[in-house]
Amino acid sequence: MDKVITLSHGNGGRLTWELITNIFVRHFGRQTVGANDAAELILDNNEIAFTTDSFVISPIFFPGGNIGKLAVCGTVNDLVCGGAVPAYLSCGFIIEEGFSIEKLDEIVESMAKTAAECYIKIVAGDTKIVPHGKADGIFINTSGIGIMCDDFRPNPACITPGDTIIITGTIGDHGCAVMLARESFNFKADIISDCAPMVSVVNDLAASGLQINAMRDPTRGGIATTLNELAAQSNTGMILREDDIPVKNEIRGFCELLGLDPLYLANEGKLIIICPRNVANEVLQVLCNNKYSQQAAIIGSVTNEPAGKVLLQTVTGKRILDMQTIEQTPRIC
Amino acid sequence: MMFDINKPFRDPVVINAEIEKIQSYSGRPLAIMEVCGTHTMAVMRYGIRDLLPANVRLISGPGCPVCVTGTSYIDAACYIAKMPNTIIATFGDLIRVPGSSTSLTQMRMQGADIRTVYSPLDCIKLCTDNPDKIVVFLAVGFETTIPVTALTILKMYEMLINNFVMLTAHKTMPAALNALANDKEIKIDGLILPGHVSAIIGTNFYSEFCARTGIPGAVTGFEPADILASILSIMRHCNGEIAGVDNLYSRVVKKDGNIHALAVIDEVYEPCDAVWRGIGNIPGSGLKLRKKYDHHDAEIRLNLPTFTDDENTPCRCGEVLRGKITPADCPLYAESCTPENPIGACMVSSEGACAAYYRYKRESK
Repeated sequence: MDKVITLSHGNGGRLTWELITNIFVRHFGRQTVGANDAAELILDNNEIAFTTDSFVISPIFFPGGNIGKLAVCGTVNDLVCGGAVPAYLSCGFIIEEGFSIEKLDEIVESMAKTAAECYIKIVAGDTKIVPHGKADGIFINTSGIGIMCDDFRPNPACITPGDTIIITGTIGDHGCAVMLARESFNFKADIISDCAPMVSVVNDLAASGLQINAMRDPTRGGIATTLNELAAQSNTGMILREDDIPVKNEIRGFCELLGLDPLYLANEGKLIIICPRNVANEVLQVLCNNKYSQQAAIIGSVTNEPAGKVLLQTVTGKRILDMQTIEQTPRIC
Repeated sequence: MMFDINKPFRDPVVINAEIEKIQSYSGRPLAIMEVCGTHTMAVMRYGIRDLLPANVRLISGPGCPVCVTGTSYIDAACYIAKMPNTIIATFGDLIRVPGSSTSLTQMRMQGADIRTVYSPLDCIKLCTDNPDKIVVFLAVGFETTIPVTALTILKMYEMLINNFVMLTAHKTMPAALNALANDKEIKIDGLILPGHVSAIIGTNFYSEFCARTGIPGAVTGFEPADILASILSIMRHCNGEIAGVDNLYSRVVKKDGNIHALAVIDEVYEPCDAVWRGIGNIPGSGLKLRKKYDHHDAEIRLNLPTFTDDENTPCRCGEVLRGKITPADCPLYAESCTPENPIGACMVSSEGACAAYYRYKRESK
């Protein structure tokens, strides 16, 4: 049988990277050298960042947000992680015949509200309607342009052994909220997605003048996958202390019940921040004063060895924390 | 803030004291089997093997339900998936298990209607939403899962839902433990007994088993302190103390188990022989629907042909499942057999020994 695309090619883990390398980069080449999610480009002597993202989430509405809010936050967060100030956004809608106009209105309203909060303008758009059964309600693509700052350029290449690793709050909230919101789940738990724009958090960091070496939003594949990417890109090792990683008790319980690992659950309103150790406490102070990062915590540090790998220090010893390879599925037992 | 019941079982002071005791062990060499897949995962996750002295070995057992599901079962499920007007409802893991020539993942890519459910009770809605289709639930699992599939059958029966059938391959732990104890090729000095399964079946069987076979055991939970305590318990029972069974998971497991759940199981199922992947037929180790529920039996309702188990593969899952080799001893492990592209079932389920070894590779390797 021919090799085909499987759902695992879309989970942000190893298979996604293989797809990008073996198909997209092979044909498109690497046109930019940036290591952040947004491409850094020079246009008429102005440095800009450019990124795109598609959103196909099910369910479309979930506690803490909806596909529209997510579509704005996702793209905006990719822009700010490289130090760009988000400026303009485009949005493309693929809508299934029969979709409720009232729901569409609600989705677009939340997009507008989120964009306003980040001072970003939605300036271009497209709408396509497909026959019933050819899409899952609504898919949204957003592309964003931001202006690069002169003096605030986090980049994985700057990661240095000895640096401190910070997470801006509890992990796994989004992945868990979405799983719970799925119709077939008969659980009752008070878990809300963390879906939020990280613009103000990054603005506060930039304004503080503190040195930030790298930032990234740990979305698909969770912090385990994102830290593996950063370790590989910077050719450094990373060590996390399991006990220091903030996880809500409800989420820990949910994960234990189902045999899931919160380190691999998606976040949509969190940043991993890597900074020199001597400024880590000040960075934490700045973060704790912003409503989106009040529960920020130092979770580990950057090391020389093992280069390109992430280790987890548990109560009983160290082990390798791998990238996500396949979807996590609940245990049967 | 919610009270975290597991916190005391992750306490570094408690854990370090246990580790110290384990490392100073000077008794006879021990091979201890962790029977349950969730224990295998916890052992790997916390690196417990690396903490053991040279004369104590932990071996993984057959307690991952996906791993012991035979190829004939997957082949039957794939056969059903091809039938028109059929919806297959299953737990996620099973979708990726290879049968003799294909898997449910491939069937889904070819257009079969295969839904992942988190509980078999979700099938009630699937059935009522799709009255013109037949919903087939793939019932695998040990005593932890069996009560809820039995309950599903009772509900479907009561609600007179016609378009629901179940393809059962449930397996029971006591029969498997007896088979392991009778296997002359395997030498087990002690058993770390499954926590979840024991919550249902209780500890009475283990006491009888231990008296008959002389193999001690400890029922325990899944936190690091739980697992270390079970190793210490087995060390004591193997050296001086009379062989016995300790229940270290009394916060969940009671002596008589869950009587209500056991009654529901007994109402719906009766014992039958079952083929365990890589192990073969174990008499009386399976469960089939009682005659009263024929109407919900996929084999009868869908008139399925007989499928045979194909073990003609270089994969050494069977030996892994019996604790005869570790995953790294299999030539396919981490080479052609990976979680992305599993050849053996033990690499599919997160609870499978091969997948757990692969995922929680130690720093030293």
